[in-house]
Amino acid sequence: MTASIRSPRRAKPRTSRLLLNLLAVVAALVWIFPVYWMVNSALLPNVLLQSGTPAFLPFGGSLDNFVAVVGGGTFLPALGMSVMIAGITVVCCLFFAFLAALAISRFRFRGRKSFVLAVLFVQMLPAEGLFIAQYKMMASVHLLNTVLGISVLYIAAVVPFTIWMLRGFIAGIPADLEEAAMVDGLSRTQAFLRITFPLLAPGLVASGVYAFLQAWNEFTVALVILQKNADQTLPLWLRGFIQQSTSKAIDWGQVMAASTLVAVPVIVFFLFVQGRMTSGLVSGAVKG
Amino acid sequence: MTSSEASRSSALLTGTGLRRERAVDDTLAPRRRTRRRIAPYVLLIPAVGILVIALGYPLIWQLITSMQKFGLAQQFGKPADFVWFANYIALATDPYMWTVIGRSLAFCFVAAGCTMVVGTLFGVLMSTVNRGVRIVLQISMLLVWAMPVVAAMTIWTWLFDWHRGMVNWLLTGMGLDFHDHSWLQNPISFFAVGALVVIWMSTPFVAFCVYAGLVQVPGEVLEAAEMDGAGARQRFWGIIVPMIRPILAIVLLLQVIWDLRVFTQIKLLQDAGSIASETNVLGTYIYQLGTGSSDFGTASAVSIFVLLLTIMLSAFYVRSLVREDDEP
Repeated sequence: MTASIRSPRRAKPRTSRLLLNLLAVVAALVWIFPVYWMVNSALLPNVLLQSGTPAFLPFGGSLDNFVAVVGGGTFLPALGMSVMIAGITVVCCLFFAFLAALAISRFRFRGRKSFVLAVLFVQMLPAEGLFIAQYKMMASVHLLNTVLGISVLYIAAVVPFTIWMLRGFIAGIPADLEEAAMVDGLSRTQAFLRITFPLLAPGLVASGVYAFLQAWNEFTVALVILQKNADQTLPLWLRGFIQQSTSKAIDWGQVMAASTLVAVPVIVFFLFVQGRMTSGLVSGAVKG
Repeated sequence: MTSSEASRSSALLTGTGLRRERAVDDTLAPRRRTRRRIAPYVLLIPAVGILVIALGYPLIWQLITSMQKFGLAQQFGKPADFVWFANYIALATDPYMWTVIGRSLAFCFVAAGCTMVVGTLFGVLMSTVNRGVRIVLQISMLLVWAMPVVAAMTIWTWLFDWHRGMVNWLLTGMGLDFHDHSWLQNPISFFAVGALVVIWMSTPFVAFCVYAGLVQVPGEVLEAAEMDGAGARQRFWGIIVPMIRPILAIVLLLQVIWDLRVFTQIKLLQDAGSIASETNVLGTYIYQLGTGSSDFGTASAVSIFVLLLTIMLSAFYVRSLVREDDEP
């Protein structure tokens, strides 16, 4: 594209381009504003938040809200609960999903197609369509309010998509590599562990982060399974802050500090796998 | 699982390398071949096991219970009467159920529709603006995308707080009468807030998908069209939209599926203070039937309805994924 062809119409595109850029900046600011508002409010004392005019910058702010929230006695148990459940979910989910992904991407067997189909459908099932039945089941085996009970449900909820994710990664590593190693005298298992497994590490990390985010953010199932105040995960703990907010006085500074504490690990992990997500997004969606 | 944004992010993260592997069986010794034949089934045991326990069993229990009269009395050990489809018939003739379905559908179409429009707009913006501006927009989108849903809800509850919320302050400042206005009391403005949060949270996913599709539209095609005199609008509807139609279709389908089952956002807004019976959607209605009134028979019937609806809608999505799995 040469300039000479465009030149007669140059003035107009330039102003419209400027307008588009401006629009994009405004859009970015509007969308990010709630997140900024969370951090801003978290730094300000409640007295300031309850005064008539909002403070748009955290001047005179402090970490007092964070100190109060962390020292409040309920945060650390909830954090411990969330870390434990997310940890169990990630480890078990990766292990189960890895074996299953191996089966569907490295073997051709009878029922493979039905299994893939089932996995994809199960992955779409809404938690809201099953949680009452899951609650009854956990109640009947006395696993309500337990880490084990909720972890089992989380693993099952996350495993299908993790299988699908890992399948893509395993299929991306040519089986020829393994075969070559086998020709050189390694057994199938050795070839897999020494050749394929190291290449798979990024896939396992991405899937692990996915499982972690699911377990960390989950609210619906936790709401029915963990009903005691003493055994709450972070999302449930956070919910406690805004319950009845229309009828009682709320220390919004502390609520926002609590929200920031819950959101930060998620944002860090999310940005960590983001590159992989967007690149996968393209190849996955375009074919559709 | 959840409707959290992270799950949305990954839902299209599917086929990265889709190569069909060669079977290597033919060179193996007979004993190895037998091992190779049962190996995949052994590998599937843990995954299938956990799915059967945590999803299969509840699903079957739910299917049976949906055809039983299972209420508070059964909670305390009274055997449940089998009533076949009485629960379903009761629901189908209950005007409240239809109100809930109507509400869910309306919410879903408004939220999914607005998300698609705004998300596509943002995706197009990303692909047309300067590099620096694009990065600013993308960072903003990523941070919103990463927000955990409950944290997002606390923020929006604070923004719409009746007394000291930012929104009321802004609208009052513009000369409107929003002093101490409670947004969550009126069902219409309740759902407007809910939809706003859902749209805010889901826009980044749509924007990035659209952007990813646009990047693949060859620039020469657009330039050629421009030289032939096609205006911006013609280029958008005539070239860009047809070329990213597959992406738009799948993203729209996912939005519809996700927004139809909206639970967390509505539940938390109800918690913040509104009359649940006037703001129930399918998910919160099931929750209320099950945990509130212990009417497990009816709750199961509504759940089965939601599951069937989801499976029907998902069929298109799953078909496109399976097609991808088959492609060499």
